[in-house]
Amino acid sequence: MRVNILHFASFREAAGQDEERRELPEGTRVSDLWLTLRGEIPLFGRYPAMPPAAVNREYVGPETILHDGDEVAFLPPVAGG
Amino acid sequence: MYLTSSPIDVAALLTEARALDGALCIFLGVVRNENEGRETTRILYEAYGPMAEEEMSRIARSLGQEWPKTRVRILHRTGSLSVGEVSVAVVATAPHRADAFAACRAAIDRIKTTVPIWKKEFHPDGSSEWVDPTKKN
Repeated sequence: MRVNILHFASFREAAGQDEERRELPEGTRVSDLWLTLRGEIPLFGRYPAMPPAAVNREYVGPETILHDGDEVAFLPPVAGG
Repeated sequence: MYLTSSPIDVAALLTEARALDGALCIFLGVVRNENEGRETTRILYEAYGPMAEEEMSRIARSLGQEWPKTRVRILHRTGSLSVGEVSVAVVATAPHRADAFAACRAAIDRIKTTVPIWKKEFHPDGSSEWVDPTKKN
């Protein structure tokens, strides 16, 4: 299955791109994807715990299973206002 | 529509009151010239657009349920803002002022907690960084 990963703000700069598509094994959880990205992007390694994550524009927990076509984003600390 | 890349028309917010409203409370967030002792020249706001829209819509809806007869309108800027520009506007209208004040306060507090918007501060020496509210205190 393929998911679309979006990167924002400091995560976008660390990833060097704002969007990427990835092929993932069936049954991949949000936390699994975070661990994969954490191994690739040094800035992500500074986060001891998984940051808030969104699937299809809604906050989800780490155990959420990803599906083909999902839009996934890990969100750096928000600072609106 | 909750996000805008154009300057917020503050005067237009004054027309939000309905016939049943006796109070209209506005909060404006404004770009300040310093943060944590460092001078700021401008702030760049970046949003996860569609999700930020949905989150602000959800906040406005739930406030309208928590304070019946109260209506909350939110507008948040994106892009590069200069010192003194309005970055966010919350308008709460209600039959009575207590509800308007409370809903307005709750709205801006929730916006800062859950809406996927980020800001990058620029300094006079050209350096910049993303603001991380979780690092304060």
